[in-house]
Amino acid sequence: MAKIISAYGKLLILAMGRTLLLAFLGLVFACILGMIFGLMSVVKNKVCNIIAQIFVFIIRGVPMIVLAFFVYFGLPYLLNNTLKIGNGFTLTALQAGTICLALNCGAYMAEIIRAGIQSVDIGQMEAGRSLGLPYWTTMRKIIMPQAIRTMIPSIINQFIITVKDTSILSVIGFPELVNAAKNVQAKTFMSFQTWAIVGIMYLVVITILSYIAKIVERRMNRGVKR
Amino acid sequence: MISNDKNVKIKVENLRKCFGDLEVLRDISTEIHEGEVVVILGPSGSGKSTFLRCLNRLEDVTAGKIHVDGVDITDKKVDMNKVRENIGMVFQHFNLFNNMDVLHNLMLAPVELKKCSKAEAKERAMEMLQRVDLAEKAEAYPSQLSGGQKQRVAIARALCMKPDIMLFDEPTSALDPEMVGEVLAVMKQLAADGMTMVIVTHEIGFAREVADRVIFMDGGYIVEEGTPQEVIVHPKEARTISFIQKVL
Repeated sequence: MAKIISAYGKLLILAMGRTLLLAFLGLVFACILGMIFGLMSVVKNKVCNIIAQIFVFIIRGVPMIVLAFFVYFGLPYLLNNTLKIGNGFTLTALQAGTICLALNCGAYMAEIIRAGIQSVDIGQMEAGRSLGLPYWTTMRKIIMPQAIRTMIPSIINQFIITVKDTSILSVIGFPELVNAAKNVQAKTFMSFQTWAIVGIMYLVVITILSYIAKIVERRMNRGVKR
Repeated sequence: MISNDKNVKIKVENLRKCFGDLEVLRDISTEIHEGEVVVILGPSGSGKSTFLRCLNRLEDVTAGKIHVDGVDITDKKVDMNKVRENIGMVFQHFNLFNNMDVLHNLMLAPVELKKCSKAEAKERAMEMLQRVDLAEKAEAYPSQLSGGQKQRVAIARALCMKPDIMLFDEPTSALDPEMVGEVLAVMKQLAADGMTMVIVTHEIGFAREVADRVIFMDGGYIVEEGTPQEVIVHPKEARTISFIQKVL
Protein backbone atom coordinates (compact mmCIF):
# COMPACT_ATOMS: atom_id res chain seq x y z
CA MET A 1 0.00 0.00 0.00
CA ALA A 2 2.73 2.42 1.00
CA LYS A 3 4.56 1.73 -2.23
CA ILE A 4 1.61 2.80 -4.29
CA ILE A 5 1.08 5.90 -2.25
CA SER A 6 4.69 7.03 -2.55
CA ALA A 7 5.03 6.20 -6.23
CA TYR A 8 1.65 7.23 -7.53
CA GLY A 9 0.24 9.42 -4.76
CA LYS A 10 0.85 12.66 -6.62
CA LEU A 11 -0.68 11.25 -9.79
CA LEU A 12 -3.80 10.15 -7.98
CA ILE A 13 -4.21 13.43 -6.19
CA LEU A 14 -3.88 15.34 -9.45
CA ALA A 15 -6.51 13.06 -10.94
CA MET A 16 -8.79 13.80 -7.98
CA GLY A 17 -8.18 17.46 -8.69
CA ARG A 18 -9.40 17.00 -12.25
CA THR A 19 -12.36 15.02 -10.95
CA LEU A 20 -13.37 17.89 -8.71
CA LEU A 21 -12.81 20.44 -11.47
CA LEU A 22 -15.09 18.50 -13.81
CA ALA A 23 -17.69 18.13 -11.05
CA PHE A 24 -17.53 21.84 -10.32
CA LEU A 25 -17.92 22.87 -13.97
CA GLY A 26 -20.77 20.43 -14.44
CA LEU A 27 -22.50 21.73 -11.34
CA VAL A 28 -22.24 25.38 -12.36
CA PHE A 29 -24.03 24.68 -15.62
CA ALA A 30 -26.37 22.23 -13.92
CA CYS A 31 -27.51 24.98 -11.56
CA ILE A 32 -28.24 27.26 -14.50
CA LEU A 33 -30.13 24.55 -16.39
CA GLY A 34 -31.88 23.44 -13.23
CA MET A 35 -33.05 26.97 -12.46
CA ILE A 36 -34.30 27.51 -16.01
CA PHE A 37 -36.17 24.22 -16.30
CA GLY A 38 -37.30 24.36 -12.68
CA LEU A 39 -38.94 27.73 -13.22
CA MET A 40 -40.34 26.59 -16.56
CA SER A 41 -42.13 23.79 -14.79
CA VAL A 42 -43.88 26.07 -12.29
CA VAL A 43 -44.96 29.05 -14.38
CA LYS A 44 -48.54 29.15 -15.62
CA ASN A 45 -47.57 28.46 -19.23
CA LYS A 46 -48.50 25.04 -20.56
CA VAL A 47 -45.82 25.10 -23.28
CA CYS A 48 -43.06 25.83 -20.77
CA ASN A 49 -44.39 23.15 -18.45
CA ILE A 50 -44.34 20.51 -21.18
CA ILE A 51 -40.86 21.41 -22.41
CA ALA A 52 -39.52 21.13 -18.88
CA GLN A 53 -41.30 17.82 -18.35
CA ILE A 54 -39.85 16.39 -21.56
CA PHE A 55 -36.32 17.44 -20.59
CA VAL A 56 -36.55 15.77 -17.20
CA PHE A 57 -38.27 12.72 -18.70
CA ILE A 58 -35.49 12.12 -21.22
CA ILE A 59 -32.58 12.64 -18.85
CA ARG A 60 -34.11 10.55 -16.10
CA GLY A 61 -34.85 7.73 -18.52
CA VAL A 62 -31.35 7.39 -19.97
CA PRO A 63 -28.37 6.02 -18.02
CA MET A 64 -25.66 8.63 -17.74
CA ILE A 65 -23.11 6.39 -19.39
CA VAL A 66 -25.29 6.26 -22.49
CA LEU A 67 -25.68 10.02 -22.38
CA ALA A 68 -21.88 10.35 -22.14
CA PHE A 69 -21.30 8.23 -25.26
CA PHE A 70 -24.08 10.04 -27.06
CA VAL A 71 -22.60 13.47 -26.37
CA TYR A 72 -18.96 12.55 -26.94
CA PHE A 73 -19.31 10.26 -29.99
CA GLY A 74 -22.88 10.52 -31.18
CA LEU A 75 -23.24 14.29 -31.41
CA PRO A 76 -20.08 14.93 -33.49
CA TYR A 77 -21.04 12.04 -35.80
CA LEU A 78 -24.51 13.52 -36.24
CA LEU A 79 -23.14 16.92 -37.14
CA ASN A 80 -20.22 15.79 -39.29
CA ASN A 81 -21.51 12.70 -41.07
CA THR A 82 -25.29 12.68 -41.01
CA LEU A 83 -26.20 16.35 -41.26
CA LYS A 84 -22.87 17.26 -42.86
CA ILE A 85 -22.83 20.64 -41.16
CA GLY A 86 -20.08 19.77 -38.72
CA ASN A 87 -16.85 20.25 -40.59
CA GLY A 88 -14.78 18.08 -38.27
CA PHE A 89 -16.62 19.06 -35.11
CA THR A 90 -15.32 17.35 -32.00
CA LEU A 91 -15.75 17.71 -28.28
CA THR A 92 -12.95 17.22 -25.81
CA ALA A 93 -13.60 14.80 -23.01
CA LEU A 94 -13.79 17.76 -20.65
CA GLN A 95 -16.37 19.52 -22.79
CA ALA A 96 -18.46 16.41 -23.32
CA GLY A 97 -18.13 15.47 -19.67
CA THR A 98 -19.24 18.89 -18.52
CA ILE A 99 -22.22 18.84 -20.88
CA CYS A 100 -23.19 15.38 -19.71
CA LEU A 101 -22.96 16.27 -16.02
CA ALA A 102 -24.77 19.56 -16.62
CA LEU A 103 -27.66 17.79 -18.34
CA ASN A 104 -27.87 14.95 -15.86
CA CYS A 105 -27.50 16.96 -12.69
CA GLY A 106 -29.53 19.79 -14.23
CA ALA A 107 -32.57 17.59 -14.68
CA TYR A 108 -32.50 16.47 -11.06
CA MET A 109 -31.88 20.05 -9.93
CA ALA A 110 -34.90 21.17 -11.96
CA GLU A 111 -37.04 18.71 -10.05
CA ILE A 112 -35.58 19.82 -6.72
CA ILE A 113 -36.25 23.45 -7.58
CA ARG A 114 -39.78 22.68 -8.77
CA ALA A 115 -40.54 20.82 -5.56
CA GLY A 116 -38.97 23.57 -3.47
CA ILE A 117 -41.06 26.29 -5.08
CA GLN A 118 -44.25 24.23 -4.87
CA SER A 119 -43.60 23.52 -1.21
CA VAL A 120 -44.03 27.21 -0.38
CA ASP A 121 -47.61 27.80 0.75
CA ILE A 122 -49.75 29.19 -2.05
CA GLY A 123 -51.00 31.84 0.37
CA GLN A 124 -47.61 33.57 0.11
CA MET A 125 -48.09 34.15 -3.61
CA GLU A 126 -51.72 35.20 -3.06
CA ALA A 127 -50.71 37.72 -0.41
CA GLY A 128 -48.01 39.15 -2.68
CA ARG A 129 -50.36 39.42 -5.68
CA SER A 130 -53.16 40.89 -3.55
CA LEU A 131 -50.85 43.77 -2.62
CA GLY A 132 -50.39 44.52 -6.31
CA LEU A 133 -46.93 42.94 -6.62
CA PRO A 134 -46.27 41.39 -10.04
CA TYR A 135 -45.69 37.62 -10.35
CA TRP A 136 -41.89 37.73 -10.79
CA THR A 137 -41.37 40.28 -8.01
CA THR A 138 -43.32 38.02 -5.66
CA MET A 139 -41.22 35.07 -6.84
CA ARG A 140 -37.96 36.91 -6.30
CA LYS A 141 -38.67 38.54 -2.97
CA ILE A 142 -41.03 36.13 -1.25
CA ILE A 143 -41.25 32.67 -2.80
CA MET A 144 -37.65 31.89 -3.83
CA PRO A 145 -36.03 32.88 -0.50
CA GLN A 146 -38.39 30.51 1.27
CA ALA A 147 -38.07 27.80 -1.36
CA ILE A 148 -34.28 27.80 -1.20
CA ARG A 149 -34.34 26.92 2.46
CA THR A 150 -36.25 23.73 1.64
CA MET A 151 -34.07 22.95 -1.38
CA ILE A 152 -30.61 23.23 0.19
CA PRO A 153 -30.30 19.71 1.64
CA SER A 154 -31.41 18.12 -1.64
CA ILE A 155 -29.14 20.36 -3.72
CA ILE A 156 -26.11 19.52 -1.63
CA ASN A 157 -26.97 15.84 -1.89
CA GLN A 158 -27.08 16.27 -5.66
CA PHE A 159 -23.63 17.91 -5.59
CA ILE A 160 -22.23 14.87 -3.84
CA ILE A 161 -23.88 12.48 -6.28
CA THR A 162 -22.36 14.49 -9.14
CA VAL A 163 -18.86 14.12 -7.71
CA LYS A 164 -19.35 10.36 -7.74
CA ASP A 165 -20.91 10.48 -11.21
CA THR A 166 -17.68 11.87 -12.63
CA SER A 167 -16.39 8.32 -12.42
CA ILE A 168 -18.81 7.35 -15.20
CA LEU A 169 -17.05 9.78 -17.48
CA SER A 170 -13.98 7.59 -17.34
CA VAL A 171 -15.53 5.76 -20.29
CA ILE A 172 -15.04 8.71 -22.60
CA GLY A 173 -11.43 8.96 -21.57
CA PHE A 174 -11.55 11.93 -19.24
CA PRO A 175 -8.46 11.66 -17.02
CA GLU A 176 -10.29 11.57 -13.70
CA LEU A 177 -9.55 9.42 -10.69
CA VAL A 178 -10.97 6.10 -11.96
CA ASN A 179 -8.90 6.30 -15.15
CA ALA A 180 -5.81 7.16 -13.12
CA ALA A 181 -6.53 4.18 -10.87
CA LYS A 182 -6.82 1.91 -13.91
CA ASN A 183 -3.38 3.08 -15.01
CA VAL A 184 -1.91 2.40 -11.61
CA GLN A 185 -3.50 -1.03 -11.54
CA ALA A 186 -2.14 -1.81 -14.98
CA LYS A 187 1.36 -0.80 -13.98
CA THR A 188 1.51 -2.41 -10.55
CA PHE A 189 -1.00 -5.29 -10.76
CA MET A 190 -1.79 -4.46 -7.12
CA SER A 191 -5.55 -4.34 -7.68
CA PHE A 192 -6.68 -4.48 -4.08
CA GLN A 193 -4.36 -1.74 -2.88
CA THR A 194 -5.06 0.50 -5.85
CA TRP A 195 -8.81 0.38 -5.59
CA ALA A 196 -8.79 0.48 -1.79
CA ILE A 197 -6.77 3.68 -1.87
CA VAL A 198 -8.93 5.25 -4.54
CA GLY A 199 -12.06 4.20 -2.69
CA ILE A 200 -10.75 5.86 0.45
CA MET A 201 -9.84 8.99 -1.51
CA TYR A 202 -13.42 9.34 -2.74
CA LEU A 203 -14.69 8.66 0.77
CA VAL A 204 -12.55 11.38 2.30
CA VAL A 205 -13.55 13.99 -0.26
CA ILE A 206 -17.24 13.14 0.00
CA THR A 207 -17.08 13.20 3.79
CA ILE A 208 -15.48 16.64 3.72
CA LEU A 209 -18.16 17.87 1.29
CA SER A 210 -20.93 16.38 3.45
CA TYR A 211 -19.50 18.11 6.49
CA ILE A 212 -19.42 21.46 4.71
CA ALA A 213 -23.00 20.75 3.65
CA LYS A 214 -24.08 20.22 7.26
CA ILE A 215 -22.52 23.53 8.28
CA VAL A 216 -24.23 25.39 5.41
CA GLU A 217 -27.54 23.80 6.33
CA ARG A 218 -27.15 24.76 9.97
CA ARG A 219 -26.30 28.35 9.03
CA MET A 220 -29.34 28.61 6.75
CA ASN A 221 -31.65 27.32 9.44
CA ARG A 222 -30.34 29.65 12.13
CA GLY A 223 -33.33 31.12 13.90
CA VAL A 224 -35.89 29.09 12.03
CA LYS A 225 -38.00 26.65 13.98
CA ARG A 226 -37.82 23.19 12.46
CA MET B 1 -70.20 54.02 7.93
CA ILE B 2 -72.08 56.47 5.75
CA SER B 3 -73.08 54.94 2.46
CA ASN B 4 -73.46 57.18 -0.52
CA ASP B 5 -75.71 55.62 -3.13
CA LYS B 6 -74.12 57.59 -5.89
CA ASN B 7 -70.60 56.38 -5.25
CA VAL B 8 -70.45 52.74 -6.28
CA LYS B 9 -67.04 51.27 -5.54
CA ILE B 10 -67.67 47.74 -6.75
CA LYS B 11 -70.37 46.65 -9.16
CA VAL B 12 -70.99 42.94 -9.70
CA GLU B 13 -73.22 41.90 -12.59
CA ASN B 14 -74.44 38.36 -13.16
CA LEU B 15 -71.28 36.82 -11.80
CA ARG B 16 -70.90 33.14 -12.48
CA LYS B 17 -67.98 30.99 -11.36
CA CYS B 18 -67.35 27.33 -12.07
CA PHE B 19 -64.51 25.11 -10.99
CA GLY B 20 -64.63 22.59 -13.83
CA ASP B 21 -68.08 21.05 -13.58
CA LEU B 22 -68.80 22.48 -10.16
CA GLU B 23 -70.85 25.69 -10.29
CA VAL B 24 -69.90 27.65 -7.20
CA LEU B 25 -71.39 31.05 -7.97
CA ARG B 26 -74.65 31.34 -9.89
CA ASP B 27 -75.77 34.73 -11.15
CA ILE B 28 -74.56 37.03 -8.38
CA SER B 29 -75.34 40.73 -8.74
CA THR B 30 -74.71 43.43 -6.16
CA GLU B 31 -73.10 46.80 -5.51
CA ILE B 32 -70.68 47.94 -2.83
CA HIS B 33 -70.75 51.66 -2.06
CA GLU B 34 -68.00 53.91 -0.77
CA GLY B 35 -67.63 53.72 2.97
CA GLU B 36 -69.99 50.78 3.22
CA VAL B 37 -69.28 47.79 5.43
CA VAL B 38 -70.76 44.70 3.81
CA VAL B 39 -70.71 41.39 5.66
CA ILE B 40 -71.27 38.16 3.78
CA LEU B 41 -72.73 35.30 5.79
CA GLY B 42 -73.50 31.77 4.77
CA PRO B 43 -72.81 28.09 5.29
CA SER B 44 -69.65 26.34 4.09
CA GLY B 45 -69.65 25.84 0.37
CA SER B 46 -72.05 28.71 -0.25
CA GLY B 47 -69.44 30.44 -2.40
CA LYS B 48 -68.81 33.43 -0.15
CA SER B 49 -65.02 33.14 -0.10
CA THR B 50 -64.97 32.47 -3.84
CA PHE B 51 -67.09 35.58 -4.38
CA LEU B 52 -64.69 37.67 -2.33
CA ARG B 53 -61.68 36.33 -4.20
CA CYS B 54 -63.34 37.22 -7.51
CA LEU B 55 -63.42 40.85 -6.43
CA ASN B 56 -59.64 41.15 -6.71
CA ARG B 57 -59.42 38.44 -9.34
CA LEU B 58 -57.56 35.93 -7.23
CA GLU B 59 -60.17 33.77 -8.91
CA ASP B 60 -61.04 34.31 -12.57
CA VAL B 61 -64.74 34.59 -13.37
CA THR B 62 -66.51 32.18 -15.70
CA ALA B 63 -69.15 34.71 -16.74
CA GLY B 64 -70.44 38.12 -15.75
CA LYS B 65 -68.80 41.45 -15.07
CA ILE B 66 -67.14 43.11 -12.10
CA HIS B 67 -66.39 46.82 -12.10
CA VAL B 68 -64.05 48.20 -9.45
CA ASP B 69 -63.85 52.00 -9.37
CA GLY B 70 -65.32 51.99 -12.84
CA VAL B 71 -62.70 49.59 -14.23
CA ASP B 72 -63.97 46.31 -15.67
CA ILE B 73 -61.64 43.83 -14.01
CA THR B 74 -63.14 40.90 -15.90
CA ASP B 75 -61.53 42.30 -19.04
CA LYS B 76 -58.38 40.27 -19.72
CA LYS B 77 -56.52 43.35 -20.87
CA VAL B 78 -56.79 45.23 -17.60
CA ASP B 79 -53.63 45.74 -15.53
CA MET B 80 -54.77 43.78 -12.51
CA ASN B 81 -51.66 44.63 -10.50
CA LYS B 82 -52.59 48.31 -10.61
CA VAL B 83 -56.16 47.58 -9.55
CA ARG B 84 -54.97 45.40 -6.69
CA GLU B 85 -52.82 48.23 -5.33
CA ASN B 86 -56.08 49.85 -4.30
CA ILE B 87 -57.68 46.75 -2.81
CA GLY B 88 -56.31 45.36 0.43
CA MET B 89 -56.94 41.75 1.37
CA VAL B 90 -56.74 40.00 4.70
CA PHE B 91 -56.63 36.20 4.64
CA GLN B 92 -57.87 33.54 7.02
CA HIS B 93 -54.36 32.18 7.46
CA PHE B 94 -52.67 35.60 7.62
CA ASN B 95 -50.11 34.83 4.85
CA LEU B 96 -47.41 37.02 6.35
CA PHE B 97 -44.11 36.74 4.49
CA ASN B 98 -42.13 34.36 6.66
CA ASN B 99 -38.72 35.30 5.29
CA MET B 100 -38.78 38.88 6.57
CA ASP B 101 -39.60 40.72 9.77
CA VAL B 102 -42.84 42.60 10.42
CA LEU B 103 -41.49 45.96 9.31
CA HIS B 104 -40.29 44.62 5.97
CA ASN B 105 -43.57 42.77 5.49
CA LEU B 106 -45.24 46.15 5.60
CA MET B 107 -42.63 48.03 3.58
CA LEU B 108 -42.14 45.54 0.74
CA ALA B 109 -45.06 46.43 -1.52
CA PRO B 110 -44.93 50.25 -1.22
CA VAL B 111 -41.19 50.25 -1.91
CA GLU B 112 -41.21 47.66 -4.73
CA LEU B 113 -44.13 49.39 -6.45
CA LYS B 114 -42.37 52.74 -6.10
CA LYS B 115 -45.23 54.25 -4.16
CA CYS B 116 -42.86 56.15 -1.92
CA SER B 117 -39.26 56.21 -0.69
CA LYS B 118 -37.91 53.68 1.76
CA ALA B 119 -37.96 56.25 4.56
CA GLU B 120 -41.56 57.18 3.86
CA ALA B 121 -42.53 53.53 3.68
CA LYS B 122 -40.92 52.91 7.06
CA GLU B 123 -42.73 55.88 8.56
CA ARG B 124 -46.06 54.70 7.18
CA ALA B 125 -45.35 51.15 8.38
CA MET B 126 -44.66 52.30 11.93
CA GLU B 127 -47.80 54.45 11.80
CA MET B 128 -49.90 51.44 10.74
CA LEU B 129 -48.30 49.26 13.41
CA GLN B 130 -49.24 51.89 15.97
CA ARG B 131 -52.77 51.83 14.64
CA VAL B 132 -53.04 48.09 15.27
CA ASP B 133 -51.21 48.42 18.55
CA LEU B 134 -48.11 46.43 17.57
CA ALA B 135 -45.38 49.06 17.19
CA GLU B 136 -43.07 47.14 19.51
CA LYS B 137 -43.13 44.09 17.23
CA ALA B 138 -41.61 45.84 14.22
CA GLU B 139 -38.50 43.70 14.22
CA ALA B 140 -40.12 40.42 15.15
CA TYR B 141 -40.49 37.63 12.62
CA PRO B 142 -43.95 36.22 11.85
CA SER B 143 -43.04 32.93 13.50
CA GLN B 144 -42.60 34.80 16.77
CA LEU B 145 -46.10 36.25 16.80
CA SER B 146 -49.40 34.91 18.09
CA GLY B 147 -52.29 34.39 15.70
CA GLY B 148 -54.05 37.58 16.74
CA GLN B 149 -50.85 39.55 16.33
CA LYS B 150 -50.20 38.04 12.91
CA GLN B 151 -53.64 39.03 11.71
CA ARG B 152 -53.28 42.58 13.02
CA VAL B 153 -49.93 42.81 11.21
CA ALA B 154 -51.65 41.49 8.10
CA ILE B 155 -54.24 44.25 8.36
CA ALA B 156 -51.48 46.84 8.86
CA ARG B 157 -49.65 45.45 5.83
CA ALA B 158 -52.72 45.83 3.64
CA LEU B 159 -53.27 49.37 4.94
CA CYS B 160 -49.72 50.44 4.05
CA MET B 161 -50.74 50.47 0.40
CA LYS B 162 -53.46 53.04 1.23
CA PRO B 163 -56.28 51.06 -0.35
CA ASP B 164 -59.81 52.39 -0.76
CA ILE B 165 -61.31 48.95 -0.35
CA MET B 166 -60.47 46.20 2.15
CA LEU B 167 -61.50 42.58 1.66
CA PHE B 168 -61.53 40.21 4.64
CA ASP B 169 -61.73 36.45 4.06
CA GLU B 170 -62.80 34.91 7.38
CA PRO B 171 -60.20 36.95 9.26
CA THR B 172 -60.90 35.45 12.67
CA SER B 173 -61.76 31.86 11.73
CA ALA B 174 -58.26 30.55 12.43
CA LEU B 175 -57.82 32.37 15.72
CA ASP B 176 -58.14 31.21 19.29
CA PRO B 177 -61.28 32.75 20.84
CA GLU B 178 -59.29 35.06 23.13
CA MET B 179 -57.62 36.69 20.12
CA VAL B 180 -60.72 37.21 18.03
CA GLY B 181 -61.65 40.31 19.99
CA GLU B 182 -58.41 42.21 19.34
CA VAL B 183 -58.74 41.69 15.58
CA LEU B 184 -62.43 42.62 15.49
CA ALA B 185 -61.58 45.79 17.43
CA VAL B 186 -59.15 46.85 14.71
CA MET B 187 -61.76 46.11 12.05
CA LYS B 188 -64.39 48.07 13.98
CA GLN B 189 -62.08 51.08 14.10
CA LEU B 190 -61.37 50.80 10.38
CA ALA B 191 -65.09 50.81 9.70
CA ALA B 192 -65.61 53.84 11.91
CA ASP B 193 -62.87 55.62 9.98
CA GLY B 194 -64.90 55.21 6.80
CA MET B 195 -63.14 52.34 4.98
CA THR B 196 -65.10 50.43 2.35
CA MET B 197 -65.04 46.86 3.63
CA VAL B 198 -66.31 43.52 2.35
CA ILE B 199 -66.07 40.88 5.05
CA VAL B 200 -66.72 37.16 4.92
CA THR B 201 -67.13 36.00 8.48
CA HIS B 202 -68.97 33.78 10.90
CA GLU B 203 -68.98 36.47 13.58
CA ILE B 204 -72.68 37.29 13.57
CA GLY B 205 -72.32 39.58 16.57
CA PHE B 206 -69.77 41.66 14.68
CA ALA B 207 -72.04 41.76 11.64
CA ARG B 208 -74.98 42.95 13.66
CA GLU B 209 -72.92 45.68 15.31
CA VAL B 210 -70.77 47.00 12.50
CA ALA B 211 -72.25 46.08 9.14
CA ASP B 212 -74.19 48.53 7.00
CA ARG B 213 -75.45 45.68 4.90
CA VAL B 214 -75.54 41.91 5.27
CA ILE B 215 -75.60 39.49 2.36
CA PHE B 216 -76.67 35.92 3.06
CA MET B 217 -75.40 33.43 0.52
CA ASP B 218 -76.26 29.79 0.05
CA GLY B 219 -75.65 27.36 -2.81
CA GLY B 220 -73.98 30.01 -4.93
CA TYR B 221 -76.89 32.47 -4.79
CA ILE B 222 -77.56 35.60 -2.79
CA VAL B 223 -80.55 34.41 -0.82
CA GLU B 224 -81.22 37.56 1.14
CA GLU B 225 -79.72 41.01 1.40
CA GLY B 226 -80.40 43.97 3.68
CA THR B 227 -79.51 45.74 6.90
CA PRO B 228 -78.33 43.60 9.85
CA GLN B 229 -81.76 44.20 11.40
CA GLU B 230 -83.46 42.80 8.33
CA VAL B 231 -81.25 39.79 7.64
CA ILE B 232 -80.09 38.70 11.08
CA VAL B 233 -82.85 39.76 13.44
CA HIS B 234 -85.87 39.45 11.12
CA PRO B 235 -84.83 37.14 8.27
CA LYS B 236 -87.49 36.47 5.65
CA GLU B 237 -86.22 33.51 3.63
CA ALA B 238 -86.47 30.01 5.05
CA ARG B 239 -82.81 29.23 4.40
CA THR B 240 -81.70 32.41 6.12
CA ILE B 241 -83.93 31.66 9.08
CA SER B 242 -82.55 28.15 9.53
CA PHE B 243 -78.95 29.37 9.20
CA ILE B 244 -79.39 32.17 11.72
CA GLN B 245 -81.13 29.81 14.10
CA LYS B 246 -78.22 27.39 13.95
CA VAL B 247 -75.47 29.92 14.57
CA LEU B 248 -77.01 32.26 17.09
